[in-house]
Amino acid sequence: MDAVLFFLFAGIALAGAINLIRESHPIYSALSLVAVMGALAGLYLMLGAEFIAVVQIIVYAGAIMVLFVFVLMLVNAAPEVKLDRSKMAKNVGPPLLTLLLVEIVAVLRGKYPTSDLVHPSLLSGDNTRQIGKLLFSKFLLPFEVTSILILVAIMGAVVLGKRRPDDSR
Amino acid sequence: MIPVSWYLILSAVLFVLGVAGFLIKRNVITVFMSIELMLNAVNLSFVAFGYMLGDYNAHIFVFFVMVVAAAEAAVGLAIIMLMYHNRKSLNVDDIELLKF
Repeated sequence: MDAVLFFLFAGIALAGAINLIRESHPIYSALSLVAVMGALAGLYLMLGAEFIAVVQIIVYAGAIMVLFVFVLMLVNAAPEVKLDRSKMAKNVGPPLLTLLLVEIVAVLRGKYPTSDLVHPSLLSGDNTRQIGKLLFSKFLLPFEVTSILILVAIMGAVVLGKRRPDDSR
Repeated sequence: MIPVSWYLILSAVLFVLGVAGFLIKRNVITVFMSIELMLNAVNLSFVAFGYMLGDYNAHIFVFFVMVVAAAEAAVGLAIIMLMYHNRKSLNVDDIELLKF
């Protein structure tokens, strides 16, 4: 049952990621990225991370991807034109990417062959409470710094989006 | 039970696909989406390691990655809007002001 669910979600995630690269129109890429994020939320649930799974759906698939689609609609994005300028990128790129993948997989398989050490506390179901306790005790300073980061991001977005007085268009 | 290494390998494959998209795609918004894909792949390995070690700190890390990704998306998309306003193009090859 677990294996079936894993392969279902992993298949959706991989298909979505490949489709993201394959599609020429950015709106289809955005929709396949939403599929990837939904599948990843399912995998998070299987890994006992309920809070992260729900936040993934709400923040990533909800807020961030809506922002992407919104901008795509605003700029009226057309299908991208393939120029095929670089011969080197075409010939050297795929082997290098394959090498990177083989390298990462080799390291992971060497270090974590088939380990599955599940800590009992992770399956007790009070996931959100534990995260909340950690966030407001051990990680209080990073949490507060994050609020400053978001404030800066809001101000940056507003300043960038504002029309300048000397802007004739 | 599913070995944790399967999750890690899936995460590696997704990350490499994100790198490939980042290098192949010419539309700046799709390049941005590839970055999000890479962030998601790394989040998956964080959660898998957290599961393996029974450690909630991994979840906190994923939480912070998501927050930073949200802030990055807001600022990045504002820059893309401005770029489109000035250049009337989304092609990364047309943005060459910093090219030496």
